[in-house]
Amino acid sequence: MERRCTGSEVKGVSTGTTILAAIYDGGVVIGSDSRASIGGEYVSSKTINKVIQVHDRIFCCMSGSLADAQAVTKAAKFQLSFHRFMERPPLVIAAATIMKELCYKNKEDLQAGFITAGWDHRHGPQVYVVSLGGMLVSQPVTIGGSGSTYIYGYVDAKYKPNMSREECLQFATNALALAMGRDNVSGGVAHLAVISETGVEHVVVPGNKLPRFNHE
Amino acid sequence: MSSIGTGYDLSASTFSPDGRVFQVEYAMKAVENSSTAIAIRCKDGVVFGVEKLVLSKLYEEGSNKRIFNIDRHVGMAVAGLLADARSLSEVAREESSNFRMNYGHDIPLKHLSDRVAMYVHAYTLYSAVRPFGCSFILGSYDKDDGPQLYMVDPSGISYMKDMTCRELVKEVAKIIYIVHDEVKDKAFELELSWVGEVTNGRHVLVPKDVREEAEKFAKDSLEEEDDSDEDNM
Repeated sequence: MERRCTGSEVKGVSTGTTILAAIYDGGVVIGSDSRASIGGEYVSSKTINKVIQVHDRIFCCMSGSLADAQAVTKAAKFQLSFHRFMERPPLVIAAATIMKELCYKNKEDLQAGFITAGWDHRHGPQVYVVSLGGMLVSQPVTIGGSGSTYIYGYVDAKYKPNMSREECLQFATNALALAMGRDNVSGGVAHLAVISETGVEHVVVPGNKLPRFNHE
Repeated sequence: MSSIGTGYDLSASTFSPDGRVFQVEYAMKAVENSSTAIAIRCKDGVVFGVEKLVLSKLYEEGSNKRIFNIDRHVGMAVAGLLADARSLSEVAREESSNFRMNYGHDIPLKHLSDRVAMYVHAYTLYSAVRPFGCSFILGSYDKDDGPQLYMVDPSGISYMKDMTCRELVKEVAKIIYIVHDEVKDKAFELELSWVGEVTNGRHVLVPKDVREEAEKFAKDSLEEEDDSDEDNM
């Protein structure tokens, strides 16, 4: 399989992707598409899971080089498992800081960005973005990946703080559907996880069940 | 009262025939012989008090602190060899700093206490070094876990130990005044610090006016007790 790699593209398998996370009243929704591609042409996997659980109530979404992203999330998951020895589950900021340290210290070699979202007893639902070079920022709603460029308008217009769980889930599904509809390297199914104090719920929306918009 | 472990007490890497490590026990004596340090936990914070013996009139007030700040939210009061205690406070500070760098938030007190206790314990294993001759009390307050108190002694054990903070400050001052032995040691300075809801989770020295009020309360209650003793006679 020929791989055409331009300067701006990721070498090897990339998660040209759409990922997002949003806080609602009492929890957080994190989601992604499921397409992995090579060179922007060949779809190497239609059903890849980019939403990784790193702890009971903490999830990470991957973007960029799939190999780098998987390596970082596996390392972070390993480090977080030590936290089980302490009295309480780890804070979401601890997970996000671990990922940030890995990205920042190895920025020469890695090409991966993440969204970390979860719920903890101290600060409730939180969303953190760890970008390519290792910047760590907390936001109420965030989108990432190549597909995100097509939905900034939608997210800016439609996101409201303190939405209900159903509203937020619908918002996230719509956003993913819109991005997957326009970005050639995002597609497949929409993987979503809803995290709150009471637990985690996984929602998978297959491609043919995604919301359709007027012109389709 | 003291037992001499002839021959078995030359290094920390030697057990005595009855299973004791004398060097560690001697280290604890250094703590026993030092002046008092107290920390008391109340429902909304922790108060520390230290009886700081003033060895020379030339010392400035507030010098030779025996209560240390570890990160923003943890206080450490020490008893024993002050030089050993100072170096341990640097160890505790480094642990807190590394934790914050790796995990992005304040170090939980239990974790800090375990890490410093492990460090202290390591010095009881080898003949090339001597055990630390100090015990210390670590205390902190946060909204989730409330006030907590841990103590670490020269053997490297760390173990855990209700009024409001404001009232407690006066009681701690009173205890230090009572415990101070007028005959054995002359002058002393009372060092007081607190961490709790009243300071928003930050460990700080008690402000001057509160300290003076506490010292006045302590001195007054001592006089009262003296008076009542005379009446009984």
